[in-house]
Amino acid sequence: MKYAYYPGCAAKGAAPELHQSVVKVVGRLGIEIVELTAFNCCGAGVISEADPDLAYMLNARTLATAEKLQLNVMTVCGTCQGVLGGANKVLQKDEALRARINKALKETTGLEYHGTVEVKHLQWILVKDFGVDELEKFITRPLTELSIAPFYGCYILRPSDATGFDDWENPVSLEKLIRAVGAQPVAYDGRTQCCGFPVLLEKEQIALGMVGKHVGEAKKKGGDAMVTPCPLCHMSLDIYQERAGKKLQKEEGTDQKLDMPILHLPQLLGLAMGFTPDELGMKRHLVPTAPLIAKIE
Amino acid sequence: MRVKLTVQKFNPELDSKPYDRDYFVEAGREMTVLTALLKIKAEIDGTLTFRASCRAAICGSCLMQINGSQKLACKVSIREEMEHHGKITIGPMANMPVIKDMVVRMDPFWEKIRAVTPYVLSSGEKAVPTAALKDLHETLQNADGCIMCGACLSACASYGVSHGFLGPAALAKAYRFQADPRDEQHVARLEGLQKPDGIWDCVRCNFCVQVCPKDVKPMEQIIRLRRLSIGAGFDNSVEARHITEFVKVVGHEGRLNETLLPIRMTWGHLKKMLRIIPLGIKMFFHGKTPFPFKKVPGGDEVRAIFKSRGKAE
Repeated sequence: MKYAYYPGCAAKGAAPELHQSVVKVVGRLGIEIVELTAFNCCGAGVISEADPDLAYMLNARTLATAEKLQLNVMTVCGTCQGVLGGANKVLQKDEALRARINKALKETTGLEYHGTVEVKHLQWILVKDFGVDELEKFITRPLTELSIAPFYGCYILRPSDATGFDDWENPVSLEKLIRAVGAQPVAYDGRTQCCGFPVLLEKEQIALGMVGKHVGEAKKKGGDAMVTPCPLCHMSLDIYQERAGKKLQKEEGTDQKLDMPILHLPQLLGLAMGFTPDELGMKRHLVPTAPLIAKIE
Repeated sequence: MRVKLTVQKFNPELDSKPYDRDYFVEAGREMTVLTALLKIKAEIDGTLTFRASCRAAICGSCLMQINGSQKLACKVSIREEMEHHGKITIGPMANMPVIKDMVVRMDPFWEKIRAVTPYVLSSGEKAVPTAALKDLHETLQNADGCIMCGACLSACASYGVSHGFLGPAALAKAYRFQADPRDEQHVARLEGLQKPDGIWDCVRCNFCVQVCPKDVKPMEQIIRLRRLSIGAGFDNSVEARHITEFVKVVGHEGRLNETLLPIRMTWGHLKKMLRIIPLGIKMFFHGKTPFPFKKVPGGDEVRAIFKSRGKAE
């Protein structure tokens, strides 16, 4: 089992603990990865707002690089999966578009994409290619004490014709992985909702409303922590949680604080595989993870 | 087959809160949820209240929540829904005040539609050649396909936390007229859409694209409005700079740099910048602020791509 590993900007930027935990976990599982060290940004749905063809060219470059290696792409970011995976589906289907993008890509980089690559998130690889039963064999510290709230985020689910793995209305893959590590998944409405990340800086109150609503709901339903396959959701839910909590306190007139640790998917798996919190970069989180660690130790 | 439909009932004159009631119907292979509801109303419970008219996904009246998603009851097959979810639960559309059972107040929806000047404004002096109207439906990118059922507003994540947002349907409608060659209010309408609650409140969650029964893709129409806005010179807000500065950062660095983008976005917008500084300091001490001028491999190829699209600094 071998993939071209596309880390994405966040795992190499503001969420280095994601890259760190991915390398640990896939290494232990024996999934071979070839890191695309010269990768470019997928555009995150923002570059296509300015220029759709530019976004296609950037993603075609990534896909052509993986195609040269004769490998499928592994993503570790829900947004990258939606954007790069979505661009791949369009480039595979629309031959006229592919020809136009290839012509421009060849002139600028010498690369061409022939449409033979698949783009899969680590979450999907573990559930489908690797298998949950196989994964369970690597669990040395079952997290039976924990209730974990799954937070899918938008781009790994919607639009479903660009993603097509989980059922967008009732996804199950994160729950399967939570059960595989011995924990209990929390059922709550916010699990398929938006984290507000795309408007954090410009419309902070909207984003805080979303963070407060979903983290608050997960907490009320008994969640000890949240797990997400998207580092952008992680940034929103972790970095802005304190502010979201204050907004919620003000609106609801309570003194209940929000203090829910947000885990990247490979961090949850890594904890159950026996890696130390330090090895998984958990000190980098803004919401302290120490109470969660104390609970499982 | 005999099917159980769990329906949320609520009559504010009698009930203190909504409650569920189960109904059993004999469903044929092609029966829709709407047909089942009509059967229940005729044969079991005459008080069951819902809107419906055309029964053919044209009028947009029968939008409701079916198994938690916003759907037209006349377009959903009982069999397919059972196969997919193993159950059928029905309730009023989300995010709207309930009048009774599945009937909600739609005036918040209509107020938003009215707010975008949803008609062609023309002095009649500019001649538009017939050829320009030949492929109007394509020119409008299917934004004219909206049947105003409210599915998108009801599913909208942003509207869910901020009811002032104009929302997907109204903004798709705005694009429909913005793209019409006969319309002469282009800049004025775009200017109105820059206000708080306008095009920049969309979080791009894709819910509207997913639930629209007519494939209008409202979010994509909002993105077109954003592109038109930047092109028309509405390009210095923090919102517009999110796009323009993102392109510049990736075009120069090859990747997004989370330290650089917030600074460039909020440059000249002191209040916003002061908001992010405390978080930036916290992130710094947690090792979450990448060095702003990191040279990444492959940068030359990426810069060449941006240059070919006329987007190099």
